[in-house]
Amino acid sequence: MLQATGLSYTYDGKRKFEFPDINCQKGEQWLILGQSGCGKTTLLHLLGGLRPTQTGTIQVGDTKFSQLSSAALDRFRGQHIGIVFQQSHFVSALNVEENLKLAQSLAGHPKNLQAIKSILGKLNLSDKLKSKTKNLSQGEQQRVAIARALINNPSVILADEPTSALDDDNCIEVIRLLETQAKEAGASLLIVTHDTRLKEHFDQQILL
Amino acid sequence: MLLSILLLALGVGMISMLFLLNTQMQDKFDKNLAGVNLVIGAKGSPLQLILCNMYHIDAPTGNISLKEARPFLNPKHPLIDKAVPLSLGDSHEGYRIVGTTHSLLEFYDAKVAKGKLWSSNFEVTIGTSVAKLLNLKIGDTFKSSHGFVKDDNLIHEDGESFRVVGIFAPSGSVLDQLILTNTQSVWLVHDHDHSAHDHGDHSHEGHNHDSHDHSEDDHAHHHHDHDHEGHSHDGHDHAGHDHSHAEVTAVTPVTIAQLLEEDDSKEITSLLVKFKSNNYQTLNMQRSINENTDMQAATPAIEINRVYSMLGVGEEFLRWLAIIIIFVSGLSVFISLFSSLKDRKYELSLMRVMGASQVKLFMLIILEGLLLAFIGYVLGMLLSHGGMELLANYMQEAYRYTFTGKQFLPKEGLLFLATLLIGFIAALIPAIQAYQTNISETLTNG
Repeated sequence: MLQATGLSYTYDGKRKFEFPDINCQKGEQWLILGQSGCGKTTLLHLLGGLRPTQTGTIQVGDTKFSQLSSAALDRFRGQHIGIVFQQSHFVSALNVEENLKLAQSLAGHPKNLQAIKSILGKLNLSDKLKSKTKNLSQGEQQRVAIARALINNPSVILADEPTSALDDDNCIEVIRLLETQAKEAGASLLIVTHDTRLKEHFDQQILL
Repeated sequence: MLLSILLLALGVGMISMLFLLNTQMQDKFDKNLAGVNLVIGAKGSPLQLILCNMYHIDAPTGNISLKEARPFLNPKHPLIDKAVPLSLGDSHEGYRIVGTTHSLLEFYDAKVAKGKLWSSNFEVTIGTSVAKLLNLKIGDTFKSSHGFVKDDNLIHEDGESFRVVGIFAPSGSVLDQLILTNTQSVWLVHDHDHSAHDHGDHSHEGHNHDSHDHSEDDHAHHHHDHDHEGHSHDGHDHAGHDHSHAEVTAVTPVTIAQLLEEDDSKEITSLLVKFKSNNYQTLNMQRSINENTDMQAATPAIEINRVYSMLGVGEEFLRWLAIIIIFVSGLSVFISLFSSLKDRKYELSLMRVMGASQVKLFMLIILEGLLLAFIGYVLGMLLSHGGMELLANYMQEAYRYTFTGKQFLPKEGLLFLATLLIGFIAALIPAIQAYQTNISETLTNG
């Protein structure tokens, strides 16, 4: 489902990161572990098409990133790749429902309140539909971020340190939800983290 | 953000206000030129003569005697197509009563909507604004008041009551706010006036006392008292005015020919003259009047152009001021968009993550600039048209001229486009910045 070969990235010709090849099949769940400063976020941004590749190729399904124009890549990302960040950020002027609708319409899908309600239900957020995102707790915010990553039924979910800001209870809940929702949607899941609490949850691991 | 909108609204409002004032004033001035080539009146400021006798704004420069005016009223005058006498000096509730002849109406293309034209002394035909704002109907009567200001103390209490016999159709000209009657009626009221003044203060005050709660009969009685006190005046025309109208209506001096039969010493305020054709002879005539008589002759078009050029300087200044305000508001829109971009970089990057393209972000910021401009424009229009309505009320009070804030001009459509253009230009650089946002960097650095 997601293949990355020969990836490397150099910042200003100084700091150079070389990344191992990744071959993540449909429905597989991978943990990419590494200490801070080893280029974890860079890798995730490369895989998400947020940063143009310098060497190597990335392919999601049958689509090679290098074949897409900037706008086409943006749209492809919106439709096929869900991304969860360490700090969950939202469009602060909008409430939970509107943020999710925005994700739907920016990906080119029709707005679907039913799907939003369904995903929020699965993440135990049904009562937060109309809440402003800044009024949510950290754990709730991260769950809404997951909902946003899942709302368009992506084939790949990328998570950048999804748990590092959370306490143990929330950490386990968020990870469990990511796991089950990815499985349910048939999406591949890649988590980039230095959070060793996650080690035991995932069989397939890459060490940077 | 709020400040930029307010600035924009202010600039737009000022420009739109200038448009409105300019258009409506020019419209009024032009309509009221009404084909009058020359105004002849007492010596004084020519502009005042025009403003008073054609626009009914200023006070009269004085009177001219019928003797002096007579030659111009002669229907056989070789140069003059039409000369209409005006007698000013009285008003009712601030609306001017003009003593004239029916031929005045030809200048303004006036038609009677209800009732008829005046045909005898103390009958008036009134303009549509007068009828509406004073709620006067046919058959209503009122007493005239001395001068042009509404002041109960100046009412000609012992003068004959005027009776409304007709109402003009709206013409958009100054006629809408005038009360027209024959020249003689104005004289008659003033003959009374002299008598009242000759009586001295006590009688004047007495009148004021009576004015509010006494019936016509009381006035009649009072009036007779005056007579008994041995006052002498022209007498014949009003001696029996309370007893029989027939006596008055028997004399119906409404034509110029009848006017010419009157005494030389009678006075009128001015003559409105239309030439058969404008040529050097008419120019000579104007010069000759100004040099050889106690009267002056002024050309409306020239005087009004002088008003325009005087107003023009102030207008020019205001227009530049408005343009500067709009420019500053554009700058302020730019600054606020640009600085808010910093706070919203992360949100914009998030939108990219969710599938929005660079062009979409560009459009988003442009749209914001246009939206600000739109709001500014709408507020500005509210400001100018609302302000114009308020001003219209004031102008109505002060000058009896009707202005309106409900008029919308094609120029304001152009102003709309110009405002949007400013919003667009102000948003251009921020939009380019949004377009170029490095999402990876933004997301990494928070």
